[in-house]
Amino acid sequence: MGRLFAVEIVYRGIFQKTLAKNISRAIVLAAHCEGKPGISFGRYGDSPERNGIPAKSFAIVATDDLTLEEGMAKYEPKEVDISIAVDDTLCKGVESWAWYGLQPINRLTKPGGTLIVTSREQPETLIPMCHRKEYPYQLAIVKGIPSFSGLWVYKDDHTDVRILGAIARLLPELFGLESVQKAIMQEWQDPVKASSAARSYERITSVTVRPEQGNPEEPYKFELPKWWEMGEGIAIPGIAPGHTMQDPESQKSGGYQPARNPTFKKFTTRTMRPVVNFDTCIKCTLCWLQCPDSCFDVTPEGLYDANMEACCGCGVCEAVCPVKDCVTMVNEIAFQDNASQWEMWRKDKPVYQAWLKEKIEHRPERSHGFRYRGQYEEQVPEMMEIAREDGA
Amino acid sequence: MTQAALEIKDAETTALITGSEAIAVACKLADVDVITAYPIRPYDTVMQYVAKLVANGELDCEYIVAESEHSQFEIVKHASAAGARVFCGSSGVGWMYAFEALTVTPALRIPMVAMVGNRALDDPGAFGVEHNDALAVRDLGWQLVWVDNAQEALDTALIAYRVAEDRRVFLPCAISCDGAFLTHSQALVKIPSSEKVNAFLPRYDRGDLLLHPDNPITVAPQANEDWLMEIRRQTAAAMERSYTVIREVYRDFERIFGRSYGNPFFEEYETEDADIVLVGMGTLSIPVKVAIRQMRKEGKKVGFVRMRWFRPFAAEELAKSLGRFAAVGIIDRDFSLGAPYLSGVLATEVRAAMYPSAKRPPIPGFICGLGGREVTVPDVVKMSDIVYEAADGKAQPLTQWIGLRE
Repeated sequence: MGRLFAVEIVYRGIFQKTLAKNISRAIVLAAHCEGKPGISFGRYGDSPERNGIPAKSFAIVATDDLTLEEGMAKYEPKEVDISIAVDDTLCKGVESWAWYGLQPINRLTKPGGTLIVTSREQPETLIPMCHRKEYPYQLAIVKGIPSFSGLWVYKDDHTDVRILGAIARLLPELFGLESVQKAIMQEWQDPVKASSAARSYERITSVTVRPEQGNPEEPYKFELPKWWEMGEGIAIPGIAPGHTMQDPESQKSGGYQPARNPTFKKFTTRTMRPVVNFDTCIKCTLCWLQCPDSCFDVTPEGLYDANMEACCGCGVCEAVCPVKDCVTMVNEIAFQDNASQWEMWRKDKPVYQAWLKEKIEHRPERSHGFRYRGQYEEQVPEMMEIAREDGA
Repeated sequence: MTQAALEIKDAETTALITGSEAIAVACKLADVDVITAYPIRPYDTVMQYVAKLVANGELDCEYIVAESEHSQFEIVKHASAAGARVFCGSSGVGWMYAFEALTVTPALRIPMVAMVGNRALDDPGAFGVEHNDALAVRDLGWQLVWVDNAQEALDTALIAYRVAEDRRVFLPCAISCDGAFLTHSQALVKIPSSEKVNAFLPRYDRGDLLLHPDNPITVAPQANEDWLMEIRRQTAAAMERSYTVIREVYRDFERIFGRSYGNPFFEEYETEDADIVLVGMGTLSIPVKVAIRQMRKEGKKVGFVRMRWFRPFAAEELAKSLGRFAAVGIIDRDFSLGAPYLSGVLATEVRAAMYPSAKRPPIPGFICGLGGREVTVPDVVKMSDIVYEAADGKAQPLTQWIGLRE
């Protein structure tokens, strides 16, 4: 019995599907250069990949064919040597289209395994976002913004090969740098990509994440019903009607909060979230009407509070709001929880305005999807800067 | 998918491709003339790669995206009658939507090759593998073959053209590929040279059945009770001849490509000294083989028979082989509700095949892995234990659901 390796790539569907596929393919090809057989596959249940929804690709490699079959005998790996997140906001947890509840980004990472994240942030920012594990694991950061490399509208930014170079350094038993470069030349015939991999190999470092570090939240657990416990006819209960809201200050009731699915929340789809300036809101209802996820709660005084348990971060509210700077999309990395903005505003308006100002200042445009023409061109200098830092 | 992955050079190359891509590569190698498509998962992965090959100028064919599966299969039926080598495919309820077109094809002696990306039938809408879609045409004159890896998918597609287009057969052939496990998983596949493929696969010659102005014929006139039974008997005779042709073609495949599949109709794994065997189709072979290796370490002599060709069904040969064992467990990744002993399709067919045999071991059946559920190694061990109990004469239900929450 030889050794089995498994790597998962967690990405945002559909934008990063090709990127993830390129990475898992190249892992198998690089391992093949060392005589190790392997397979690469996307998690079937994640498709169709709605915009931004967390999805996974896997690469499974073994030292021999029989051992590989042991890996192939499973629908997907139960644990992995390396977890890769190609968008740092995924560190908050993932809830795939194939619903399993919100799951930690590092759920499959083995004891002593490595979580590789593409991010501009430092470990101190990312570690508290990731759920705690019972055992230590490594965190390695490949510097970069969430990549669209491989999607037709974005030029190749070498994220794929920089991750491969990092893997060669972090898990040399899987494959060495030479094999990575050989596979790159086979797959892309691009020596510049091969040198990007080498640079990443030289620069990558990792830190140990200890069991007491990270998000202490207990990951969602559930038990599926037995066949005879389930209702017949494939009929499931609908969501009950909503109810009024209560003002935390005046205790007055009013407005309307729709009832929502208590378990399928979908908010890990979000890479940006709206922040609302309730002092400038003109109560025009447009955000509430246009929100595709019915995520706005109507407050007793007729304001609209975006419920962060339900918001997928699409940005439609910002787009339809007729007031300048009333609704602003801010990168998800700036937030630690899903607390109600309206409740915060009701409790202390000056504090809320200061909070709002700070969040909006911290709004690097790093969403998925083009929010305006020319956004990519604006990002190029930042990416160039990353490349310079990486090569310094 | 990079261009490099699909580039076919003169010499054999290796590429990291999915089972679906392997079928698309086979279409290129077979130089198919007319391909029709209509999207449905997981079959659509084939049409995407075919479209890419056409767009890249690597495959010169008529590529028609129809408005439904019914039209998709009608178009290739007519193109095949007019002498074109054709490819088509679908999955799940898409295949069912084409059902009328599927029924009219065999009697016209159309050697269509289709890929079925096996998918559970709606409702509920689900993508995972079940074999009921392809099995639905089992009575109609379609040849049906199951494969369990991307290499076999490519090879079998070439074999399917050769068998289907043999004048003694002239019947359609559907290649079943398990959704997800085969259609969406990339593995290293050897791609043969087109020279070898050309040596293996002659051009499609429809001869006197060619629908062409130079050969004025009417195809499929209305017929009454004076004719129909004889027409059915002709189609049945073609299916009977298919046994011989399949054997010939596999021998020729081995001669030209140097890759042997042994018995074309079913693969035997660790059966030589086996006490009991399991029988199944498709990619569940992988966990079954892994489990068998584990069980053999514990002294349980379990073997596995993987059915490839379901139509034609090699009944006598299979009965002879399975008669050697103390008991035989059938794993159905399908259901046939209300069938004899509430079993799946494969179990019912294997029992029917065994009945005339002098040696008839107990044949418990299992329903397992429906809707793409993983057939786990412990599932296989559990089934093997039940088969051992059957061999010991323990009374038990003839059908058990395995891996079900109960």
